Amino acid sequence: MLEVKNLTKYFGGLGAVRKLSFKVEKGDIFGLIGPNGAGKTTVFNLINGFYHPTSGEILFKGKPISGFKPNVICRMGIARTFQVVKPLSRMTVLENVMASAFCRVDSLNIAKEEALKTLEFCSLIHRKDYLAKSLTIGDRKRLEITRALATRPELILLDETAAGLNPTELDQAIALIKKIRDQGITILIVEHIMKVIMSISDRIHAINYGQTIAEGTPQEVANNKGVIEAYLGEAYA
Amino acid sequence: MERKRQFKNLLPWLILVILALVPLFERNPYLLHMMIMVLIWICLGQSWNLLGGFTGQVSFGHATFYGVGAYSAGLLYFHKEISTWYGMILGPIMAMAFAVPIGLICFRLRGAYFALALLALAEVLRLVATNWISFTNGSVGILIVPVVSKISYYYIALALAAVSFYVIYRVIHSKWGFYFIAIREDQDAAESMGINTTRYKLISLLISAFFTGLAGAFYMNYMAFIDPHVVFSLVDVSIMMILVVMLGGAGTFYGPAIGAVIMIVLSEVFRAYFGHANLLILGMLIIFIIVFIPDGVIEIRRFLKRKKYA
Repeated sequence: MLEVKNLTKYFGGLGAVRKLSFKVEKGDIFGLIGPNGAGKTTVFNLINGFYHPTSGEILFKGKPISGFKPNVICRMGIARTFQVVKPLSRMTVLENVMASAFCRVDSLNIAKEEALKTLEFCSLIHRKDYLAKSLTIGDRKRLEITRALATRPELILLDETAAGLNPTELDQAIALIKKIRDQGITILIVEHIMKVIMSISDRIHAINYGQTIAEGTPQEVANNKGVIEAYLGEAYA
Repeated sequence: MERKRQFKNLLPWLILVILALVPLFERNPYLLHMMIMVLIWICLGQSWNLLGGFTGQVSFGHATFYGVGAYSAGLLYFHKEISTWYGMILGPIMAMAFAVPIGLICFRLRGAYFALALLALAEVLRLVATNWISFTNGSVGILIVPVVSKISYYYIALALAAVSFYVIYRVIHSKWGFYFIAIREDQDAAESMGINTTRYKLISLLISAFFTGLAGAFYMNYMAFIDPHVVFSLVDVSIMMILVVMLGGAGTFYGPAIGAVIMIVLSEVFRAYFGHANLLILGMLIIFIIVFIPDGVIEIRRFLKRKKYA
């Protein structure tokens, strides 16, 4: 589905991502973990087209996608959410999702129908007439996901969608992510909350200083010495 | 609730009918002149608002499109003795032609570049129109003989305002409108939702330039005289457009119309009563409105309500 080959990104002299390679299989939930500043969000920005790689390749369904603008990549079938949520504040929740749904349809009525369906799917329908700026952080995170889904992606990039949620919201978020996978959508997720990442991921890729330190099943990664040293701490050993 | 909405939907048509009937009862040329100016400014306010209020791309130089529209009409007559009415076709097209390169260059960037580039372009065009005497007749301007009666001009102005109103209403309530507002709210989010932000900013600019150019061409026909300092004016056109929109309510649909009425009527009244101090008084009033009703006069109800409960 998605293949990253020797991906490298330098900001001036700083190597934010260095020779990173991984492969996300269709239908998987693929976790990307690492300490703060490890380069996770940079990887997302590279895949999504906000940044262009210094070197290396990104292949989506076998075709190179680096160099395209974000809107083109979205139309190809890769949607994303933002760690720092970006609600369209002075639009209602429904309008937010409609604006996204227009990615695939042109008619106002069909876009509205699609948006309502997606809101229903993400259990955000009860907020549809609220202004996006009036939502709680939990609902804003959910709106990010809803909006990404409304573009009908094949691959969705979730950037710390569970951060800042309370325990109930956390369980709901996990349930939603699983529900999205059951729709046949491949998921690449960055997450700090181990409860989330360990319980839902099929594979996990751990990075630090922009480089790979381990990859494998959640169990393998949790037991990896390098990962424990860099990130998890003794408790997970 | 349902009744209220029905009334709301009917209101614009009702106003249109009333405005269409006005000349049957009122033929005072001064009053008609005022109303024509208000109608022109409603069209200009709508144009600026589409780009500045809804798409979030603030322009400090819409006089560019106004002047280009007006001069397109004027130069047709000046050089070829072709009726300035054909300018109402050529004017908006020329205005869009000027908009394309500016949009293509500036909309790739963010921040103040677009606003400043247009500001500069309007000033450059004003100087060109002043100094390229063989082509534009310089500061002397272009004078034509008006051909139709004031009432005819009134109806054309009404059509101008109504059409710009209708078209922009339809645009805002379509996919394009959603995209424009999404770009205003967050460009990164918009881009990652599959919106080609450069393209849609350009579309918004083109529609805005079209109607501004159209209004400019009509102004040439109506006033029968233009010179560079009138139609390319920074204060009287570019800034005035921003004030009309801000005063009425940027990013709202009826705001610019309300702003146009207030600005045109007030500046006229103040000129009559306060003599040389009229700009001073008008300036103070604008400051007052911006400080106390920052969302525009259209939000005055919300403003009053908040006051009461405070």
